[in-house]
Amino acid sequence: MSIEVRNLSKQFGKFSALRDVSLEVKSGELLALLGPSGSGKTTLLRVIAGLESADTGQVLFQGEDATDQHVRERQVGFVFQHYALFRNMTIFENVAFGLRVRPRKFRPAEPEICRRVHELLKLVQLDWLSDRYPHQLSGGQRQRIALARALAVEPRVLLLDEPFGALDAKVRKELRSWLRRLHDEMHITSVFVTHDQEEALEVADRVVVMNEGRIEQIGTPDEVYEHPASPFVYEFLGKVNLFHGRLHRGRAWIGGIEVEAPEHTEAEELSAVAYVRPHDIHVDRVVNGDGAIGARVSHILSVGPVVRLELTRDDSDGKELIQVEISKERFRELQLVRGDQVFIRPARFDLFPAQIH
Amino acid sequence: MKFKQHSVLPGFNLALGFTLLYLSLIVLIPLSAAFVRTAALTWPEFWSMVTTPRVLASYRLTFGASFAAALVNAIFGLLVAWVLVRYRFPGKKLVDALVDLPFALPTAVAGIALTALYAGNGWIGQFFEPLGIKIAFTPLGVFVALTFIGLPFVVRTVQPVLEDMETELEEAAATLGANRFQTFSRIIFPTVLPALMTGFALAFARAIGEYGSVIFIAGNMPMVSEITPLLIITKLEQYDYAGATALAVVMLVISFVMLLIINFLQWWSRRRGVVI
Repeated sequence: MSIEVRNLSKQFGKFSALRDVSLEVKSGELLALLGPSGSGKTTLLRVIAGLESADTGQVLFQGEDATDQHVRERQVGFVFQHYALFRNMTIFENVAFGLRVRPRKFRPAEPEICRRVHELLKLVQLDWLSDRYPHQLSGGQRQRIALARALAVEPRVLLLDEPFGALDAKVRKELRSWLRRLHDEMHITSVFVTHDQEEALEVADRVVVMNEGRIEQIGTPDEVYEHPASPFVYEFLGKVNLFHGRLHRGRAWIGGIEVEAPEHTEAEELSAVAYVRPHDIHVDRVVNGDGAIGARVSHILSVGPVVRLELTRDDSDGKELIQVEISKERFRELQLVRGDQVFIRPARFDLFPAQIH
Repeated sequence: MKFKQHSVLPGFNLALGFTLLYLSLIVLIPLSAAFVRTAALTWPEFWSMVTTPRVLASYRLTFGASFAAALVNAIFGLLVAWVLVRYRFPGKKLVDALVDLPFALPTAVAGIALTALYAGNGWIGQFFEPLGIKIAFTPLGVFVALTFIGLPFVVRTVQPVLEDMETELEEAAATLGANRFQTFSRIIFPTVLPALMTGFALAFARAIGEYGSVIFIAGNMPMVSEITPLLIITKLEQYDYAGATALAVVMLVISFVMLLIINFLQWWSRRRGVVI
């Protein structure tokens, strides 16, 4: 079941939660809506579910207009951040709820309900908890039950609103990979909302990065991480260093280094910013080749396979910090200690004309 | 068996001692005095005194009207609480404050006001009079007065529970295909039921003991619109202390048993996972 969203806009008072958002979710894909709080990602998910109605725009399921369809009729499975399990019912009854409330004609017989619920509880590996009440379960277990409950009605699409947001770090990681495996087995079109970039990049087939009610970029985790379309995406996904410089007719000057900038041939005397990931910076003890930026090592964090260096640029009175990540081998080769003079050179970067503030 | 558990806050002995003393002075001793007074009567005397037709009629009215009033309050109090929690409208704060008025108003004032309204020539009574329905000075009047004084109990106990209930629960029910009625009957109602029963119990208990507002509107006709507390007062005025306390003991026992039953029901519904 594919989902298509066309030109959605939504206002809450004076606040624009969604501004002309269009998006297509392919059938069977696991899509992440990623963005900071207030970026409109949850609103978008709720509009798709029918829990919220957009001011303008359309929602289509498998090409059919579902904009005016009530949430009851949309057949979506929705998983809430705080589980929203029914406290007055056992786990079994929670999962069975969607089947029991069906009109008599479509309601499965009791043995069938029982079979289905136990099948789902087995799927989420919590079959042994069916007689308990929600308050007797841990957060991770509750969320898995919430998922089983959502799947019980055989939804056409599965929507998850910050599903792991209320869980602690370890459980979150476990559930994350578990959700990925579950999706690989079931192939149900799924959309989940998260503000955790690691979660989005690790779990999703494609990631939609949102900011201030707009979509900044859509792409596979690789695409959005390696080729961010905007400074916002760059800064939101992982660490990044900013080098201010100048841009003129396809050439750029960054911190005293001259580089080619073939995609900006028509730029005339623009100030520009180069965005460089910490692991895309080359560090050396001597200047070699086309020039480099002088810096001093101010901090070293050498735990794990990657060594993180914090450098201060020579030309900034120690104010501008640069984060660099190098391999352990390289670190041993250089034999760096705090206070050493080094020369750095961005190996790979993206240039964006400086934003006018 | 060890009662005292280690706690960072000291004062368990003192606090428990004070609680017992306080409850004894305020509740237990006065109540047992009623039993002691009644003991002046022999058992057959006591039994004949508390089962005269006039007294039996007063029990029926007191407990029947109180039960009906508490029931009506449970339904409409839930409605009022729902509106106050879920909707925003101008004057909401005022309505919220109005709910407490029956608490604060002297009961005699309420009684007089209600009598004036529901009398045959009163603002409201005049519309019922032509239909042959008399409200003031009948058991119906007693019911009206008891409904009035019991309303805040239900609203104030249900309100916080409704406020705590996430709208996500209803949304979850809707995504699972439940219609509004199913969402209410299977999700919302079971969640507020323990609080609703508490409110009902409080309203009921209050109504049984109500005197001030009822005597004005009831008309106090023996066998018809006479409540038990009034009978007790009447006996006191005749210096029949033993008779008055005999009635008091009967009321005490019935009220206690009823509250016990309601408490049990509450415990039972709460046990079914309604606690967080």
